[in-house]
Amino acid sequence: MLRDVVSPLTYHYQTWQQTVLELEALSKTYKTGDQALTNVSFSVPAGQVVGLIGPSGAGKSSLIRCINRLVEPSSGRIYLGETELTKLSGRALRQARRRIGMIFQEYALVERLTVMENVLSGRLGYVSGWRSFLRRYPKTDIDQAFSLLERVGLGDHYNKRADELSGGQRQRVGIARALEQNPELLLADEPTASLDPKTSRQIMRLIQSVCREMNLPAIINIHDVVLAQNFADRIIGLQAGEVVFDGPPSALTHDVLTRIYGAEDWGQVQQNNESQDDEALFSNAKVLERS
Amino acid sequence: MTSEVTSSRTWKRPPVLLKDPRWRWTILLGSSVYLILAISSVEVDWFRVYEGLERGWRFIQGFLTPDFSSRWRDIQAGLIESLTMTLTSTVAGVLVSVPIGIGAARNLAPAPVYMLCRGIITVSRSFQEIIIAILLVAMFGFGPFAGFLTLTFASIGFLSKLLAEDIEDCDSAQIEAIRATGAGWWQVVNYAVQPQVMPRLIGLSLYRLDINFRESSVIGIVGAGGVGATLNTAIDRYEYDSAGAVLIIIIAIVLVVEYSSSYIRRWVQ
Repeated sequence: MLRDVVSPLTYHYQTWQQTVLELEALSKTYKTGDQALTNVSFSVPAGQVVGLIGPSGAGKSSLIRCINRLVEPSSGRIYLGETELTKLSGRALRQARRRIGMIFQEYALVERLTVMENVLSGRLGYVSGWRSFLRRYPKTDIDQAFSLLERVGLGDHYNKRADELSGGQRQRVGIARALEQNPELLLADEPTASLDPKTSRQIMRLIQSVCREMNLPAIINIHDVVLAQNFADRIIGLQAGEVVFDGPPSALTHDVLTRIYGAEDWGQVQQNNESQDDEALFSNAKVLERS
Repeated sequence: MTSEVTSSRTWKRPPVLLKDPRWRWTILLGSSVYLILAISSVEVDWFRVYEGLERGWRFIQGFLTPDFSSRWRDIQAGLIESLTMTLTSTVAGVLVSVPIGIGAARNLAPAPVYMLCRGIITVSRSFQEIIIAILLVAMFGFGPFAGFLTLTFASIGFLSKLLAEDIEDCDSAQIEAIRATGAGWWQVVNYAVQPQVMPRLIGLSLYRLDINFRESSVIGIVGAGGVGATLNTAIDRYEYDSAGAVLIIIIAIVLVVEYSSSYIRRWVQ
């Protein structure tokens, strides 16, 4: 497949083989005239966790939503495996959407349904309307939902209503719902934006480890640079709808951050980056507790 | 020096609606003059007020000595008719309102369906129950069938409009999330919209039941059956004690419906 080289920064991975997602010259202009995305191209191989960073309004959310067509791209092409997503409509689009799991900023669980119903709603694209209406899911779907709930650490909460859970627990249900789809690709739109720092790290670690286990590629839209550096295999920097950086987390220098976000004293971010150990961030708190 | 400068600063609240003082004064003066003229044009016949007070006193005397027994059979028949009308028209109204309400929600329905459903709601809401009742009594004759149709028609406008607005106020993230799983339109309605609007739909239906009972006693006066017809007959015959009994029963039933519906609404939350 021929594709434009976006920038000299495009980072090539030799270790990842099979391409799962391919974006070709994707652009999005809203009816209001706002140009959200300009000529975005990159591909994501199986198992790779991509951290999508950039200032507010850079087009991160639009980019993620263009992939599962919650937002209609204006031009360009998106391939999921062999399927061209940008051509689909109706039933074919719905069948493609079930191959893409999505995790949301404010969890976006159906608050008044139970945890189990929320997880099983990941199968809606597969079961008939009648079955889903009567909540009579196939046994394999229910077994999978139980084991996913155990995997995300909510084994015995299945009959609780979603609005009874804490923020971190809700996001775990969100992850289970996305995985219940048996997706080939995971999209996450600011999955930690409404969580405290500790829970944020736990959620990011959970997403990273399930991606490793299932060889599942993920695009995680995140504005916390340190979290992105700690948990992503690759960073894509978006600025005003254009890819201005694409490379490994270690290549995020002062210059690159300035290119993505604009001029700022980035000393603090660099310092945090050095303490790769997860517990390091909390070591101060532990000292305080002892004293 | 600097403190003098800052203390000499003044602040005045900007005018709220009209910036131009000329407009403010014109409107204020104009409406005062109109009010005075309008009041002076109302002719008050003090003799008739006196007569009315006397008749009012007879009403009150009748209501203070309500007579349930002498017209009990009429009252009972009227009540049963009213309650039947109330329940059937509310159920029929809810059944028809749900599809129309969904169709009139901009975030679920395509433009042509939206326009059609909004049109139905507007027609239903633009007529008062009494007017519809007069029309339907003329069409289908006296009796509870005209009343049932009237209340159903009025319920549709009320319930569909409020349901549509509640659907439009739904959390769009939940709808988006269900749509992202590859769910079809019906599944989105069933999983993302229904759980969000169900408590309100139940609350509105109970509220409408309450309204329909009260309306059923009003439309009886124009011939659409029910306890209203009984009440009208009693007043026409100057049987204020029987009329008092009917009114007391209406108040009691409204209170019971009111309390039970607020209890149920709290329970479904």
